[in-house]
Amino acid sequence: MSRALQRMAVEIVELAHGTDDLVLIGIQRRGVELAERIAKLIEKEEGATAAIPRGALDITLYRDDLETVGPKPVIGETHIPGDLTDKHAVIVDDVLYTGRTVRAALDELADFGRPKRISLCVLVDRGGRELPIQADIVGKAVKTVPGERVDVQVEELDGRDQVDLIR
Amino acid sequence: MTASPTLGKDLTGLEHMTPEQIRLILDTAEPFKEVSERPIKKVPALRGKTIVNLFFEASTRTRISFEFEAMRIDMVVIRHPSSGAAEFLGNRIDSNVINAGDGKHEHPTQALLDLLTIRDKHGKIEGLKVCLVGDVLHSRVARSNLWGLTKLGAEVAVCGPWTLMPRGIEDLGVKVFGRIEEAIEWADVLNVLRLQLERMEKGFIPSLREYYRVFGVTPERLERSPRAITIMHPGPMNRGVEIDSRVADGPHSIILDQVTNGVAVRMAVLYLLAGGRAELADAAKRGGGE
Repeated sequence: MSRALQRMAVEIVELAHGTDDLVLIGIQRRGVELAERIAKLIEKEEGATAAIPRGALDITLYRDDLETVGPKPVIGETHIPGDLTDKHAVIVDDVLYTGRTVRAALDELADFGRPKRISLCVLVDRGGRELPIQADIVGKAVKTVPGERVDVQVEELDGRDQVDLIR
Repeated sequence: MTASPTLGKDLTGLEHMTPEQIRLILDTAEPFKEVSERPIKKVPALRGKTIVNLFFEASTRTRISFEFEAMRIDMVVIRHPSSGAAEFLGNRIDSNVINAGDGKHEHPTQALLDLLTIRDKHGKIEGLKVCLVGDVLHSRVARSNLWGLTKLGAEVAVCGPWTLMPRGIEDLGVKVFGRIEEAIEWADVLNVLRLQLERMEKGFIPSLREYYRVFGVTPERLERSPRAITIMHPGPMNRGVEIDSRVADGPHSIILDQVTNGVAVRMAVLYLLAGGRAELADAAKRGGGE
């Protein structure tokens, strides 16, 4: 996983033409940890003098399935570092599947300003899209079928870094 | 993973709720506080829901017959002068019903925002000594607070003139203080209730000046306490009657936080009830919300 994150960090800097307007936004929960790690890697790589701004986004209140799934017991923290207008926001998440989470995240980000660009960076793209959404940067693409599950564990929350395909 | 609590169809009062259900609302309200600080202070979770505010004033008892189903109303927020009105309505329509005050019975969202504000300030509710001061007899806010606070493990007392204390309140495990000085000596938190001014006309208290002199929460009285006492008031305040302005605007007042938290709690309640699935509501009716 660490090699994939390293590569993703480099690709983000390339995509954003440097780090000047870059803001990393992690999606709760594991996307937040991944964004934090990628931000640190970029800071190290670039010898950045200032920290890369990073935020967290909980998309629960922007979901389109409240009616069928019911309310989530605990909503995570949303924290956006400053106004996003004219920034290049990079959404970071662990797994990209149907695209509905990203749809919700795009709606939510729009309520915080008008970034000049929003990109999507995911550790695992497992296919199975239900919306016209694609990632700009992918750690690893895996072919899966419905019924399978992709579990991402991160050191900070789970005690280890691991990606499992569960059939 | 244990099953998380759900609320059922209606929010009519705290009396029959479990501590877990109350905590669920408080925990859900936390992230809504951040929503109130956003440039766009709305979230689309309830998009498309039709919500009706049904506020019956005591003076305008117009009989309104709503064809709720025909109007496709999802939720009703009701305030009514009769105790039990919210439950009465909730048992007769499929829409979610939220009690915004029924007679002298309950005002659950006010108590929930009070609980949230106390929890924010003190980091906990369990073990805190909270005293409700004033017209407890006529106060639905007091009643809902009493249920909520005791369920979450606070020690509760009431203080006020004997004419404004409900009979038998000691039986609920509540301390009763006849003098404000005793309450101040005892309490960590004073929740000062609004004194309805018509209480004087009806003979419950001799005069407003007399009430202020005997029960008014003043800086001079608070100074005698060894602790910094947290001051709350559900509003609107009668400054110079039940509370002195220097106390209301003082460093230990969390009255403005109550106002802010009111929005978050009510958003959380709407969100939680709107997402309640039919089968959860049925289960709640059978088994108290498990």
